[in-house]
Amino acid sequence: MLEWLLHIGLKLVEVCINILPIALVISCFQFLVIRKAVVYPRKLLIGFVFVLIGIVFFLEGLDMALFPLGNLMASQLTTPDFLGNNAELTGRVWQDYYWVYLFAASLGFATALAEPTLLAIAIKVQQTSGGAIRAWGFRISVAIGVAIGLALGTFRIVTGLDLYYFIIVGYLIVIIQTFFVPKLIIALAYDSGNITTSMVTIPLVTSLGLGLAEAIPGRTPLVDGFGLIAFASLYPIITVLAYAQIAQWLGKRKHLTNT
Amino acid sequence: MLKRRFIKQLVNSLFDLAPIIVVVLIFQVLVIGKSIADVDRLITGLLFVVLGLCLFIQGIELSLLPLGESMAYDFAKKGSLFWLLGFAFCLGFSAAIAEPALIVLVEKAALSASNHHQIDSTETASAHYALGLRFTVAISVGLAILIGVLRILKGWPVYYPVFCAYAGIALITPFAPKDIIGIAYDSGSIATATITVPIVTALGVGLASAIKGRNPITDGFGLVVFASLMPMIFVMIYGIAYA
Repeated sequence: MLEWLLHIGLKLVEVCINILPIALVISCFQFLVIRKAVVYPRKLLIGFVFVLIGIVFFLEGLDMALFPLGNLMASQLTTPDFLGNNAELTGRVWQDYYWVYLFAASLGFATALAEPTLLAIAIKVQQTSGGAIRAWGFRISVAIGVAIGLALGTFRIVTGLDLYYFIIVGYLIVIIQTFFVPKLIIALAYDSGNITTSMVTIPLVTSLGLGLAEAIPGRTPLVDGFGLIAFASLYPIITVLAYAQIAQWLGKRKHLTNT
Repeated sequence: MLKRRFIKQLVNSLFDLAPIIVVVLIFQVLVIGKSIADVDRLITGLLFVVLGLCLFIQGIELSLLPLGESMAYDFAKKGSLFWLLGFAFCLGFSAAIAEPALIVLVEKAALSASNHHQIDSTETASAHYALGLRFTVAISVGLAILIGVLRILKGWPVYYPVFCAYAGIALITPFAPKDIIGIAYDSGSIATATITVPIVTALGVGLASAIKGRNPITDGFGLVVFASLMPMIFVMIYGIAYA
């Protein structure tokens, strides 16, 4: 118990050091440049203490649960036992790992759909587009994007292909789409990918990737294990832009048939 | 009041975690069909995550978020370009430094690097490498926010800086060492996770609503994506310099 308290205490000090810069920046600019009294100093202080304790518990929980969980799923889905024993003759092919892709895709879909920040953004999108882009459609297209991204990302880890090509092709698609979608939606669509990769998803997905790279023969964690997060934040941009385009097209057609 | 909000946030955090638990459980029971070892520790850990997340988000909403928005507004009213850009840089830098997910990633990266003898396998060497990575990411997030704020002030379309960053990434990647590329590509999205997104969005939307002729939605958003692209470029440069 004492040991655990000491461990938590040390973590708290570490987190304090990490939080210090942002506290300094905000207070320096507030007092030296803006020179206005803060409206609720007590509320602020309580907020900072909450942030500190929150991070300590969160990091502790990560080490205990989210990291092992990602690792565990990666190793369970890739053991020879689970994959079946037909590998001696032909060697493993990428199709053998279909449960891995399916797991990654469903994880991505579910977490994106449940993300609270995304819900708030989706409502904003519906308002700005004058109802042409529905909040639900927006959320589902983000979730599909994350699912595609993670499935592709795990496929890349299994096959050991270069991360570069997948990302550059994604960029090219985004660039082309940007010229055809309504201007209003561009900034929101760009940000939507990053909004879904939250504090909970990142550690889980990272450890899933590292675990896969360790478990699959011929892959190394450093070269192949990272990169899943990049997939998960790029591909939603593509699906959201595609959805916006379809919604616009449908809206126009409806308009035409009405007049 | 605080208590009720706390409970509401606790429920929200639980919902945050629920999809993960559901998906893992479905796969564990239906596909793998084995029981998980060490369940107690997993459940305690998950409870810690929920509690930590709840406190953290609550704290951000009480302190950083309202402050960031009101400061963005004050700076825009003050009209000094120098101070506004300085503030933008410092805010981006310090938010990235404080980002818990980034701390975790650089530790993982340093661990992988020392396990594969990319760097010395001493504790100081990997701590040094991790800190270097974090500073690289933080400086690039700061720069990205600075440029993004400039974009809002000038009213440039959001895709100009984004396309430039895409081109930069496409050009630098072939020269970067293979083992840094994955980390670099991930670092951007990770640097813009939980602390940075709300603060930066508050800054962008606050600015765009304070300046005449700017639309909070079309101009205010788009800071986050740029802040996630810049670190990709800079971490690859860091990798080239380190090798």
